[in-house]
Amino acid sequence: MERMPERWTVEIGEAILGRNAELAAQNRSRFQDAGLRVINIVSSPGSGKTALLERTLIDLYPRIGMGVIVGDLQTDNDAQRLRRSGAPAVQITTGGYCHLEASMVARAMEKLDLSALKVLFIENVGNLVCPSAYDLGEDQRVVLISVTEGEDKPLKYPVIFRNADVVLVTKMDLAEAVGFDRAALEQALCQVAPQARVFYLSSRTGAGMDAWYDYLEHPSF
Amino acid sequence: MQSTLDIALEWAGRQGADRIHKLGMRVGALSGVVPDALEFAFEVLREGTPAAEAALEVEYVPLRIYCPACAREYTIDGYWYTCPDCNGVDTEVRQGRELEIAYVELSVEGESDGANAGALDG
Repeated sequence: MERMPERWTVEIGEAILGRNAELAAQNRSRFQDAGLRVINIVSSPGSGKTALLERTLIDLYPRIGMGVIVGDLQTDNDAQRLRRSGAPAVQITTGGYCHLEASMVARAMEKLDLSALKVLFIENVGNLVCPSAYDLGEDQRVVLISVTEGEDKPLKYPVIFRNADVVLVTKMDLAEAVGFDRAALEQALCQVAPQARVFYLSSRTGAGMDAWYDYLEHPSF
Repeated sequence: MQSTLDIALEWAGRQGADRIHKLGMRVGALSGVVPDALEFAFEVLREGTPAAEAALEVEYVPLRIYCPACAREYTIDGYWYTCPDCNGVDTEVRQGRELEIAYVELSVEGESDGANAGALDG
């Protein structure tokens, strides 16, 4: 007679991203030891992450020691672009991964002299979904949204906005041309990201950048 | 999903099982994970593994917030963080960030037949 194999159930209750969380905690303590403030920058592709960093580095580096770890699926174009400011920039090519993970940041930071830096930016892969789940060991998470993206975007991608310390509304120089409705965006942010500080700026014209720089220079702002 | 499957396979190995029949997950509203996408990824990744015929059971954990002003908790349908009673935004997330593997159902099929059945059927 055929015997039915016995089945049993094991309760696990293990966080799936537990390994990432451990590595993120290690990153965080290394950053703290180096007296470094780390900012994870997240947005859709094309919201202006690289343009923002380019302008920020040109204006503040070398007065403030700054470096960048930048992630993309392919190419090191962004790192090359950012290095023109003189600041160190390390490219992570994720080879298809839609987000950065703590392990990738741990490897990339080996290529930087952390003691020379006060602020480290991590430019995440352009994506508003996956990066929200991965802690990299950062101090603050900054989410960009450009005025061309639609004022209801925070409602469509609430999780990433909910976890943002700062929301930067970029490309303000185009606001009028695209009929940007600031009140509608503010209302959406109030619903899903009441905790976030919001700055409006244009990396191209420089308008509004001062408040962002203030924020960078005053961590407890 | 790969890391989920890896954890499940690790547990199966640790328990001396060669077959995973069920894999239970808890997915919070704020986890950033879409249950449908998990099912799809799971169907692709499980092939050729001891979980080849496993069923994925996803428990969706809704957002639950606490409003200090009203001193009570609310289960929220969606992602709003404003208190349904006082409209306050100073609320605290009590539940909904979960992304975990809850349980696995295992067996030892034994013999070589059992171990290969999944691959043959798949």
